Amino acid sequence: MSMKIEALTDSELDALKEVGNIGAGNAATALSQILSKRVDMTVPRARVLELTKVPELLGGEENLVIGVYLRIFGDIQGNIMFLLPVNSAETLVEMLLGAAEEEGVLGEISQSAITEVGNIITSSYLNALSAFSGLTVVPSTPSLAYDMAGAILSTILIELSEVSDYALLIETEFMGDGKTIDGNFFMLPDLDSLNVLLKSIGAKKHD
Amino acid sequence: MTDTIKVGMADYKVGENPSKIITLGLGSCVGITIYDKGKKIGGMAHIMLPKNTNPEKRSLKFADVAIEEMIEELLKKGSRLSGLEAKIAGGSQMFAFSSSDEKKSIGYRNAVAVKQILKELKINLIAEDTGGKFGRTIELDLSTGELKIKTIGHGEKYI
Repeated sequence: MSMKIEALTDSELDALKEVGNIGAGNAATALSQILSKRVDMTVPRARVLELTKVPELLGGEENLVIGVYLRIFGDIQGNIMFLLPVNSAETLVEMLLGAAEEEGVLGEISQSAITEVGNIITSSYLNALSAFSGLTVVPSTPSLAYDMAGAILSTILIELSEVSDYALLIETEFMGDGKTIDGNFFMLPDLDSLNVLLKSIGAKKHD
Repeated sequence: MTDTIKVGMADYKVGENPSKIITLGLGSCVGITIYDKGKKIGGMAHIMLPKNTNPEKRSLKFADVAIEEMIEELLKKGSRLSGLEAKIAGGSQMFAFSSSDEKKSIGYRNAVAVKQILKELKINLIAEDTGGKFGRTIELDLSTGELKIKTIGHGEKYI
């Protein structure tokens, strides 16, 4: 019997928030090392949301964002994504490369830099998760999309929607120096993987 | 005054002239519009998956359920099946992994399933804008049946 996301208890959600906290802390450290700047993050939120409400996050479905997306394989499966509003992505590129390309964030070098940042902070997040839970977690190669938030988010929700009407989102916001970078980090575990994750961190109260 | 009816993910809405119906940010999802030119009424659905797999729980996230219910509502408003025309948009592959084949992507499968369902229901599909690697916002003008498609970086068009 697989579990239902909407039936997660408060203590299970708290445990998942803690996992998010450890992962995101590591990711923020990695980001600040790449940028040689201080990076702050918010306390992660572990939220259960109706799938159909998720695309409304991030300032609405049509809001232009850049997303770096990876699948997770190993003991647990799921999706992980680093999302940036366009202006934050531009700032990030300028901090990394010193100047913006003529094509802005559509430029090849910019996109490659953003993909690499997404890759590094995602790996940092997953390394921490893996060390904490004792689970083997392997990310896929990263893929970048520059488009409407709704189109990007709904696409990573589709698989989950075959088995559930709800998503568990572990979200953290990163803020660079003087709030110039405002990125969002989402982890969406698959249904069966939630069980595995909760068991491995000793937070499973029911079956 | 023209009002705009918004359709969320996994939902459908119907309306009449002079309203417009809009859905934002279609990625792998498919938007289906069904229009009755004579009566100037129509509907739009925003589906996520091809076919309902659980017979006990019908959900509008599935193409077959959403299309059937939308058509039923239009028939109740006095439309006839033969007078209905469909247009579809969306079904893209937002993320390209080197190993992935576009024909296996959920967006592609959604578009194929929607066309099959329309064919089975004998609804004439008169235009489509599907595939690619980008999102779409679509708006149906119920005074004309024209479907406006907006994208980021891939222009705007009418089908």
